[in-house]
Amino acid sequence: MLILTCPCCGIRCDETELAPGGEAHLKRFGPGSSDEEFEDYLFMRANPMGVHFERWLHVYGCGKWFHAARNTVTLEVYGTYPAQVHAPPQEIRDMISTRVPGWRWKDDS
Amino acid sequence: MRGALSGLSSTSWISTFLKRPGRWKTACRGVLSVSHSQARALVAGSGSVPPAGSNFRSGARRECLPEALLVPWTSSVRFPSTRSDREDCPPRLPVSRICVLLPLAVRRLIWKPVREGESTPPRCELQNMGHYSALAVAMEAFREHRGWKRVWRSPEPRRRYDVIIVGAGGHGLATAYYLGKNHGITNVAVLEKGWLGGGNTGRNTTIIRSNYLQDASAAIYEKARALYETLSQDLNYNVMFSPRGVLMLAQTEHEVRGYRRTAHANALQGVETEFIEPGRVKELCPIIEVRGPRYPVLGALWQPRGGTARHDAVAWGYARRCSQMGMDIIQKCEVTGIRTAGGEVSGVATTRGDIDCGKLGIVVAGHSGHLANMAGFRLPVESVALQALVSEPIKPCMDVVVMANTVHGYMSQSDKGEMVIGGGADGFVNYTQRGSFSHIEETVRALVETFPMISRLKMLRHWGGIVDMTGDRSPILSRTPVGNLFMNCGWGTGGFKSIPGSGWGFAELMAKGESPLCAEFGLDRFREGRFIDESVAAGVAH
Repeated sequence: MLILTCPCCGIRCDETELAPGGEAHLKRFGPGSSDEEFEDYLFMRANPMGVHFERWLHVYGCGKWFHAARNTVTLEVYGTYPAQVHAPPQEIRDMISTRVPGWRWKDDS
Repeated sequence: MRGALSGLSSTSWISTFLKRPGRWKTACRGVLSVSHSQARALVAGSGSVPPAGSNFRSGARRECLPEALLVPWTSSVRFPSTRSDREDCPPRLPVSRICVLLPLAVRRLIWKPVREGESTPPRCELQNMGHYSALAVAMEAFREHRGWKRVWRSPEPRRRYDVIIVGAGGHGLATAYYLGKNHGITNVAVLEKGWLGGGNTGRNTTIIRSNYLQDASAAIYEKARALYETLSQDLNYNVMFSPRGVLMLAQTEHEVRGYRRTAHANALQGVETEFIEPGRVKELCPIIEVRGPRYPVLGALWQPRGGTARHDAVAWGYARRCSQMGMDIIQKCEVTGIRTAGGEVSGVATTRGDIDCGKLGIVVAGHSGHLANMAGFRLPVESVALQALVSEPIKPCMDVVVMANTVHGYMSQSDKGEMVIGGGADGFVNYTQRGSFSHIEETVRALVETFPMISRLKMLRHWGGIVDMTGDRSPILSRTPVGNLFMNCGWGTGGFKSIPGSGWGFAELMAKGESPLCAEFGLDRFREGRFIDESVAAGVAH
């Protein structure tokens, strides 16, 4: 069972208390963007085997959105952080780098 | 792999004898030497199959035999069962010897052995994987089933193939099979990183139905269901297709309207379905509680020719035929990279070396995104866990498949008697193929309300498989940005039922470049907004 700590209210909650919200840190494309960019934003997903960043909603709790850094193969949780950011904070990146040697944050977004 | 045995063992008395060849022999003596009805009596009273000869002449069973049968028995063929008997009678050919020699003689008559240098017979004959039949089982019985060959070969990979299929699950093997059968392309390799049929093919809940709302879906799923009807004969391998009927329960007013609409759509598509009232549901499946406090059954969408099949046998049957056509099925061979040249695929890198190919088909379900990344493009899929569990075996209590989409649960009874239960899919990316307790609780809690009698049933096993979900819950059978590279993915929670149709269409797409079955399922439908939206009609449990 997946257990995440909500960074907003500090409660350790299991997956039944949470609602998954899909891939995090997507760059939005709207009016004025090309078809490729719009399609990419709407439908295409990284779906990685390994380190993954996701949005979660603490639905049966404080009701706030937050982000989680997880490994989709080992189910290891690297940490959670508030949703008001465009990229994972440095301590989460450092944590992942120590656990997954060679991992790098994609800087293209 | 003793696939032949498992495939043919659905009739329980046959399987009893297959497991104990000695007993088979003994009974065969009885069959040949006494009448058919007595043979049946022998089989029925299986606790005391008598040794040939002695019992019939002197035991208590003699009284049950009609005199008319006893006369020729005792007068013409006497068995030396004791020393004094042996001294009394002249030596005769013992029946046991006849039983061994006669089938050999018959086989000699009907089966011509292939000699070196003779005209080229089909390759399957050379590999002596034979044709499965009741006669073959009888023949094998006489050599204690030691003559069965492996169901498919395990060759070393060659340097190059015309077509490589990645993924030896049901869809991949079906694609290879129809490439050979319908399009004459047999220089094919099917690569599998684990073991054949060990992914979602061996993890699903084996339900087959085609009651979809959208025309494109109904076409491909009905094609698959229709092919399942004769698949055992086509493959000469018993896939145990059981069209026992599928009930999709409507437990909310919204579902009632939805299923009525689907029933009308199916009538136009030529798919035989019917919306039925709660009384009929109770008739078809007496163990259902239709009044239910929280989830009353308000009706159901009934597809009488839906049902189940043995999922492993589907993969094994296709694998056997592919192997007979000369295709190479290479297990424990993981693809680690995809090589391209000038925008076209040129081969794959694997854990067993590089292999070149003309065309590449990727049919890897949950790992589609991973392989697409290797080829340098992304897919509109996310891989999530889907879970199922089975109970201990119990006596027959439900002869239809019941799906309850509102409560995320579906159930059928396997031939072994286990209740096979499927749940809903997770909402987050996961590659672990593990289950979770929260899902057991969610699924079983809901099903117990609909089926009160399962409340004290013990659960035996619980597992997860990784399914690739698209946004509109419809599959992708498509060309890709890389030339000669084709994707078959996105089947989500509905893969098993579609195996033959998917293989049929995808093989046509790979061979000819287009297929009417796959036309609507292209990757470009997302950009163009042509969704085949099944998430509303049947989004929970496929």
